[in-house]
Amino acid sequence: MTTSTAAPAARRSWLSLAWLHTRFQLLETIRVPIAVIGNLLFPGVALLFFVVPQQAVASQPLVAVGAVAQLGTFAVMSACLFTLGAGVAEDRQLAFDPYVRTLPAGAGPRLAGRVVTGIVFCLSAQVPVLAIALLLTEASTSPWRVLGGLALVPVIAVPFLLLGLAIGYAMSAKAALAVVQAVLFPLAFAGGLFLPPELFPGWLDAVSHALPSRAARDLAVQVTTGAPGSAAALPVLLGWTAVFAALAVLAYRRDEGRRFR
Amino acid sequence: MTALVAVDHVTRRYGDVVALDDVSLTVGPGELVGLLGPNGAGKSTLLSLVSGLRRPDAGTVRLAGRDPRDPAARVRLGTTPQETGLPGTLRVGEVVDLVAGHYPDPMSRGEVLERFGLTDLARRQTGGLSGGQRRRLAVALSLVGRPQVVLLDEPTTGLDVEARHVLWQALRDYQADGATVLVTSHYLEEIEALARRVVVIGSGRVLADDDLDAVLAMAAARRVLVEVAEADRPALAALPGVLDVRADGRRSVLLAADADAVVRSLVRSDLPFRDLEVRGASLEEAFLALTATTPGEPR
Repeated sequence: MTTSTAAPAARRSWLSLAWLHTRFQLLETIRVPIAVIGNLLFPGVALLFFVVPQQAVASQPLVAVGAVAQLGTFAVMSACLFTLGAGVAEDRQLAFDPYVRTLPAGAGPRLAGRVVTGIVFCLSAQVPVLAIALLLTEASTSPWRVLGGLALVPVIAVPFLLLGLAIGYAMSAKAALAVVQAVLFPLAFAGGLFLPPELFPGWLDAVSHALPSRAARDLAVQVTTGAPGSAAALPVLLGWTAVFAALAVLAYRRDEGRRFR
Repeated sequence: MTALVAVDHVTRRYGDVVALDDVSLTVGPGELVGLLGPNGAGKSTLLSLVSGLRRPDAGTVRLAGRDPRDPAARVRLGTTPQETGLPGTLRVGEVVDLVAGHYPDPMSRGEVLERFGLTDLARRQTGGLSGGQRRRLAVALSLVGRPQVVLLDEPTTGLDVEARHVLWQALRDYQADGATVLVTSHYLEEIEALARRVVVIGSGRVLADDDLDAVLAMAAARRVLVEVAEADRPALAALPGVLDVRADGRRSVLLAADADAVVRSLVRSDLPFRDLEVRGASLEEAFLALTATTPGEPR
């Protein structure tokens, strides 16, 4: 490691601290390969089992793209909720956590490290989905739409990162893992990430429109296929972002008050 | 001379429990201060205030003139994690790098590992270290940033004698460069090895604040057990040199700095007594004796 030559009383900059925490959080996550593989694999496997065998979907370029966008959205949700929800809860239980708080860095750089790590995992989870889509389905769309879809990943990730933080700061590691699963799968199903919402009964479709998962899915499908989507998707997603941000701040403050007041 | 650590009339409660009760303590550059006291006396709470983990309910805490909750103040601070809490998947060298990355002018990885005899373990994951190796790494982390103020909370608890002496030597080497060290322990031996000034804390208050030798003399208290008639018990407390009297069944237990002198005056007082016995007092009992008297007075 290179040593900075700054005067002894100076502090490391915010950015270098954020980069430090990002590197070590990525490193720690990668050291448990099964967690990474599990996270990356599930959306790809779902694509392989539920989409590839269905000729009606897999052989129609735009329909296939829609299915891929749905599972890509699921990959984002799952990476955010697991890396932040379960990850933060686990970290809080380690005796290393209070120690790190005595180092000369505020909460910001660590939080930034977590968020960047979450987004890196959201993006890397797209790789197997895209590979399978390219090789085994007829999915095809313009390169700009693919790029648009990838650019959408960090945007869609924000509300789910916040939800993950809220869960991670509010609960013990065991409870957080259970809650993440209990939130992730129903939300994904009702949001049309496994089954396209066109197949939903009317009442479920109505409920679905109010969910963050559905809003994220509609945006993803719209951007990647170019099909006209729901005008409500963006406002709904922003609304949930605000709600989850409030929950995350609340959970963080409560945890702070309990352990470090 | 400016104080590096300044604790000024600090009170800290946990619910109804008062952990620190109007504590004041000033530590200057280069001082080696031992915080001695039984478990639950408030030592760890005091350290958590100085390291900025908690804030006081009343009073102020300053680290190098700043609020320790401000990260800029903590550039001058080094603390130890609990050895059980090291991130198990990171390697020894990586944990050192993670900590070093927070400071403007840290020791090199090689220097840190060398000082604590960890060079051969640099590539080992911390999860695979023995308890003693983890403890060494934990203490090493407190020095990585070349801090002016080092806080050590029970640094060698649970180590064997050999490992303990190696750690003490490494800490003394660092102290020799002029660092200020605050070390808590409930082992007198550890305080003797690392501190020049000793602050005794009990029930959240500073009971004594003196140089090492004076506190050692206090801790050398003895117990005199003796049976006297119920009516004569108050007379025991009045004997010169008695710090504290407690009833233990039929006998009374006298705590004394100089047991011989107490026995002599007991005989001279002509009180009828039987079953006399003199025993060494534990450190814990010496603290109790201090708690029972006015702070700062006994000696």
